Amino acid sequence: MARLIELVLNDRKRVDAVPDNLLLLDYLREVAGLTGTKTGCDGGECGACTVLVDNRPMLSCLTLAASVDGRKVETVEALGRDGQLSAVQRGFHEKLGSQCGYCTPGFVMASVGLLRSNPDPTDDEILEALGSNICRCTGYVKIIEAVKFAAGLQAQGVAP
Amino acid sequence: MNKVVPAHNIGGYIPLIDGPEKVSGRAKYTADILAPNMLAGRIYRSPYSHAEILDVDISEALKVPGVKAIVTGADCDKTFGVLPIARSEHPLARDKVRYRGEPVAAVAAIDDATALEAIRRIRMKVRELPAYYKSQDALAPDAVQLHEKKPGNLERDVFFELGNVEQAFADSDLVREGVYNCPEVCQVQMEMHAAIADYDAVRDRITVHASTQVPYYVHMMLSDILGMDMSRIRVIKPHVGGGFGCRTETLNVELITALLARKVGGVVRTVVNREETFITHRGRPETDIKLRIGLKKDGRITGVECEAFQRGGAHSGYGVVTILYAGSMLYAIYDLKHVKYIGKRVLTNTPPCGAFRGHGTVDVRFAFESLLDQMASELGLDPFAVRRANLLHAPTFTDNDLMINSYGLPECLDWVEQASGWKERKGKIPRSNRGLRKGLGMACSHYISGASKPVNWTGEPHATVKIKVDFDGSIVVMSGAADIGQGSSTILVQSVAEVLGLDLSRVRVVTGDSEVVPKDNGSYSSRVTFMVGNAAIDAARNLKAVFVRAAARMLDARPEDIECLGEVYRAGAQDKGATFEEVVVEALKDSGTITVTGNYSTIPESHGGKKYRGSAIGGTMGYSYSAQVVEVTVDEETGVVTVDKVWVAHDCGKALNRLSVEGQVQGSVWMGLGQAMSEETGYHEGLLMTGNMLDYRVPTIQDSPPIECHIVESNDPHGPFGAKEAGEGSLAAFLPALTNAIHDAIGIRYNDLPVTPDRVHEAIEKHRRAAARGKSNGGA
Repeated sequence: MARLIELVLNDRKRVDAVPDNLLLLDYLREVAGLTGTKTGCDGGECGACTVLVDNRPMLSCLTLAASVDGRKVETVEALGRDGQLSAVQRGFHEKLGSQCGYCTPGFVMASVGLLRSNPDPTDDEILEALGSNICRCTGYVKIIEAVKFAAGLQAQGVAP
Repeated sequence: MNKVVPAHNIGGYIPLIDGPEKVSGRAKYTADILAPNMLAGRIYRSPYSHAEILDVDISEALKVPGVKAIVTGADCDKTFGVLPIARSEHPLARDKVRYRGEPVAAVAAIDDATALEAIRRIRMKVRELPAYYKSQDALAPDAVQLHEKKPGNLERDVFFELGNVEQAFADSDLVREGVYNCPEVCQVQMEMHAAIADYDAVRDRITVHASTQVPYYVHMMLSDILGMDMSRIRVIKPHVGGGFGCRTETLNVELITALLARKVGGVVRTVVNREETFITHRGRPETDIKLRIGLKKDGRITGVECEAFQRGGAHSGYGVVTILYAGSMLYAIYDLKHVKYIGKRVLTNTPPCGAFRGHGTVDVRFAFESLLDQMASELGLDPFAVRRANLLHAPTFTDNDLMINSYGLPECLDWVEQASGWKERKGKIPRSNRGLRKGLGMACSHYISGASKPVNWTGEPHATVKIKVDFDGSIVVMSGAADIGQGSSTILVQSVAEVLGLDLSRVRVVTGDSEVVPKDNGSYSSRVTFMVGNAAIDAARNLKAVFVRAAARMLDARPEDIECLGEVYRAGAQDKGATFEEVVVEALKDSGTITVTGNYSTIPESHGGKKYRGSAIGGTMGYSYSAQVVEVTVDEETGVVTVDKVWVAHDCGKALNRLSVEGQVQGSVWMGLGQAMSEETGYHEGLLMTGNMLDYRVPTIQDSPPIECHIVESNDPHGPFGAKEAGEGSLAAFLPALTNAIHDAIGIRYNDLPVTPDRVHEAIEKHRRAAARGKSNGGA
């Protein structure tokens, strides 16, 4: 069965008919064409598919598209203003929090979720917020630096 | 007059040139590429570990509406493999299956659900054969052969002895033997394997997008497997989500997708899932090591005897090279004179292993540095002193003819010793209450900067880079080097900009499309910065010569009097000169579009010797060196080991990009941490039990320590601007540094990896029981 969903996706209103069993991840990638959100595992292991639903980080691979009816969904493509990188994006770029880049959209969205609710996180709060995302390149050292750098930029008024 | 100076682009902290794409979701990986009318590919895999195939029945599967094509072993009788001497693998099994999960058939259908439905209807009839999941079982005299041409299930038997090891042991003050086990580990790169093949039936041409480290190998293997001339094939490497060695080899996914596309006459995309990616792992083989070392009282190494068994899996893959590296790379870090090596690469009914970061060197280095630590404490020597007693002196050749021109290990040792406070703190960290004990451990490792002789030796230069300049004045660097996240494209841009004295923004890079870029031997064995970097420098110098000639004409001067300041070319300090744009316009008058080529070839002295069969393996233009100190806290009640901090110093010759070097070194250390502390594959009668990232324990951010990284610059005379590799050499040292630190904390040595809490706890309990028995017996 399919149903009609109405959502705000990256600031745009959308109406789509989606099968009941369609995952939000597949909806974003295959229906909306937003391939920034990545598939990294067979479900809930790696965090590469993290998106924000009503400002909260969610694993889109464990979320049904039908369940975001009436809600606000943001993917990595939504970040930044006037073509400039957002604070978290700058952090991951300038501090090398991203090497191969495949886990990056998930880390970026989890970090944006963190900084929106907690603009000045402690180290432990960063580790906890990113604890369900896996990166295989960086050893995480520079990811922590990236988030701290982004928090500093946010304090200067750059959106996360 | 404004002072014009050339831009400098080497040695700073430079973010990756493709970073903005990666952080904004614009970077396209293979699975992100969507084409209209694209079909979904899916693979049917063997449920048997070892069996003769009697029949593969696809008749019911073909009846599923929406199925467009099915291929089986009957569609391709060719074999593939990374080594020209060992191409033993069919893309789809014929006659026999040799591991659970081996591809047997594949379906192209209108969507994934349809393909899956068809897969469920494929039936396979077999005669099962005995299967072997351990090296020793496969080597048993009555074992059934996996491959007709490999008697005894031995892929390769290596033996060499240089010097006289028995005499060396007889002359030693202390000889000790250790037995070590390192389980199989996988790369677990974040992007799952994927391929898109687009067959143009009208022109008989095929375009394949592959998530590969070596597009050139994919190109060659496609040609062999499809029986198509190479000129009819185009290989595109989009962004690649990590490799760590598993994508050095052409993978069955790429070949199967191409077979499907040709059969259906259209576009097929195959994205395998995480479990299948684990099965297609090409990781580090389980290795059993028996090691003997002889030492003099002052810590000098007299002799080494090493025996290594690698459980290689069901196909040859990289096996011969891996087992040879394990022996040859005993050398080139310390001054060794008498060495015996016995290596056996074994064929087993498990998924094939391959090249994993630190290829061949890691497990043997773990054993070596562990035993050295143990013997140092037995002799009452400091572990640093033992390393210092065995240093090499560059330039030199090792006993097995490996060429060493730069050697920063002494500086690495000095830095980690000092930064960690080793002298003040070793053995003196106060024991806290609650059974928490702290310890410090150290170890060293090294790695090659690219195999001096590529696997597919054609006599061509090792690397070729082209640069194009046209009316727009942008410098377009074209290279086949595969950026898989390590930052190779950034290094190319930096190198070219540096030679020309231009800002990085002037330079663009085109990679990853065989239709446009020169062939490259690929991103493996840490070769790209060294080989392709040198070729880029050569190309940029050739381009600069073109500009200098044009400027000389414009300024009515001799070329040798022209000074290049990047944005300005001038004849002498008083000359106003010509701008870069003006010089480009002048240079274009000669030939129109300017294209220059740069090459790099390794020197014969670096190719290794001929002292034993396979001794070329290990030869390189430059070795990186690493030293590490690891600080741990061991909870004696729970067995949980926490790494509090890692200090690592890495000799990369010259850091072209400090940000990248730090990132690579930290990533290597951390990958060593995974192998040492939590990662291992598990099989039940050949069935993979760890095909996900929860059962295969990749460390999370919460498990991962701070890693303080120091760069040592030994300035290799052959390296590009003096550089050597930075992406692999620091992995191996972590493993023994960790177990040495645990020994320092609780007095127990762990020779079997990974050191998981249950293993630690069990050993502590055993120790306690033994101690209690000792006491009740009146003490030892």
